[in-house]
Amino acid sequence: MANATIDAASPERAYVKPRKTARGQYLRKYWIFYAMMLPGIALLVLNNYIPMFGIIIAFKTINYQEGFLGSPWSGWTNFKFLFASSDSYIIIRNTLLYNSLFIVLNMTIPLLFALMLNEMKNRFLSKLHQTIMFLPYFLSMIVVSYLVFGFMSDEHGYLNGTLLPALGLEPVRWYFTEEVWPIVLPLINTWKGMGYYAVVYMAAIIGIDDEYYEAATIDGASKWHQMKSITIPLIMPIITIMTLLQIGRIFNADFGLFYQVPRESGALFPVTNVIDTYVYRTFLTVGDIGLSSAAGLFQSVVGFLLVFLSNWAVRRFNSENALF
Amino acid sequence: MAVAAKKAPSGSNPKNQLGGLASAGINVFFVIYSALCIIPLLLIISVSFSNEQSVITHGYRFLPETFSLEAYKFLLNDIGQIAYSYGISISVTVIGTILSMFIIALFAYPISRDHFPHAKFFTFFVFFTMLFSGGLVPWYLVYVNLLDLKDTLWALIMPLIMSAFWVLIVRTFFKETVPGAVLESAKIDGAGELRIFFQIVLPLSLPVMATVALFQTLTYWNDWFLSLVFITNDHNISVQYFLYKMLANISYLSTNPTAAAEIARSGGMINFPSETVRMALVIVGVGPIVFAYPFFQKYFIRGLTVGSVKG
Repeated sequence: MANATIDAASPERAYVKPRKTARGQYLRKYWIFYAMMLPGIALLVLNNYIPMFGIIIAFKTINYQEGFLGSPWSGWTNFKFLFASSDSYIIIRNTLLYNSLFIVLNMTIPLLFALMLNEMKNRFLSKLHQTIMFLPYFLSMIVVSYLVFGFMSDEHGYLNGTLLPALGLEPVRWYFTEEVWPIVLPLINTWKGMGYYAVVYMAAIIGIDDEYYEAATIDGASKWHQMKSITIPLIMPIITIMTLLQIGRIFNADFGLFYQVPRESGALFPVTNVIDTYVYRTFLTVGDIGLSSAAGLFQSVVGFLLVFLSNWAVRRFNSENALF
Repeated sequence: MAVAAKKAPSGSNPKNQLGGLASAGINVFFVIYSALCIIPLLLIISVSFSNEQSVITHGYRFLPETFSLEAYKFLLNDIGQIAYSYGISISVTVIGTILSMFIIALFAYPISRDHFPHAKFFTFFVFFTMLFSGGLVPWYLVYVNLLDLKDTLWALIMPLIMSAFWVLIVRTFFKETVPGAVLESAKIDGAGELRIFFQIVLPLSLPVMATVALFQTLTYWNDWFLSLVFITNDHNISVQYFLYKMLANISYLSTNPTAAAEIARSGGMINFPSETVRMALVIVGVGPIVFAYPFFQKYFIRGLTVGSVKG
């Protein structure tokens, strides 16, 4: 500071001084804002930003004596191991196929439900059904896994104990039968999310101006025509944005659905193992830090690219709806 | 369901209504679907009110073969573990939700103010966490090795406090609903930013804060993932995690030290009605929140529909 005062005419001082004042002014003027944000910033740094630097673990051979920074680099070894295993194909295939199916189901079925709810004359009944449809949305995946277990348990389940014998069929060991789960899991996913998606679509349909339907009725348009030419086109932006948001997350599976509901039955892994469950098991059950973090990093990077891709698609479709 | 009540279906013109048959069809369809939403829970409720022996011989039924309250009596006797787990779940939910509301609102306010020169930077700072994550392993190591929070309640609270999604929703609400002119005039009158925040902005933002509170309550109450990852001993077992352990391993209740003592006291393993008890536990674990949700649904729906608007 003393030097700066003496050397008042130097161009360097003339350059530095205003910047310093501006920063000082910012701090003096907005210190309260920074103070307000401090707890949030601290949490984001701990919970999100420090782990982001932790991705270097995927490129190391961790040994606990030397610590995480001291452990030797291993380059792409962890990734080579990951992609050499048959697991990598299975988890990527399962994640993508299930999520694609979920996206299609979440787009079509709740939309159908919303359209039908909208036609119900009795407002009270319509409200009641919406309330009941919301119930599964509020249940934790643990509770859902119990509900499924109530039906599909080998020994006492309703299907094996009552329904199948009544139909004269042999009991099925559901938690060891691969074929049924690609049907059961999408059913549960649709059932659980129905309340959410139907209400979002319902809100969009309610928002459509009455005049359109008035005019259509006068012109003698049938219900079918009204739906095809008024309702669906007018709520298309909402349908698109909801779908694209899900496409952006297509690489992230619902951990609870795939971990809790099949009750970790090893016999079902070929149809229930997804990237998220693989990362969890490799790390906390098997204890392979390198392999798990390699899979996690792969998921994060591809997921990141997909978010950008889907946002780019939204922007092309309708820049109003783009996330950024 | 305020959304549905506002308007008559697709046009108020009585001519533009479905015919009787189609209308009846829709009604029947929704009665069946609503039943499908409730029936799985009814099965669990029925088992929880059944006699253990009849469940073992006949399997799970929708009507108890022999009505019995023994499962609930057992839970009452085993009040130690159940009450303890309830205490854990309630503490985590209450502390987590309150902290979450304040920290989210305090972060969202500065980034909602246009004149704050770093508003854009800090909006991106929070938004970026939605785009990229370091993955499970480094995240786990931060909590376990760096912060040393394994097996503590903070490990169940901290990771869920700052929800980037809700920060952006609250910021949008502040921006759009709280008039800038009011804030400016308050400033001119000499009110500090903190005072403006607590006395003007927060009271005007009760709807969005209620939504955040309700969603965070549900998130904390229903969370089991953090327990699965961070809780390795027999303390700090929340209701959801207790349920998980019971389903994963039916003998968990008898291996749990607190519960085992209770079982021993009430006559040993032979009388332990494990099938019906764990179903009774589900009913207890579904929790007061789920039974209260029809009353709060208005807020939930507002929150959900806000969520589909640009953040």
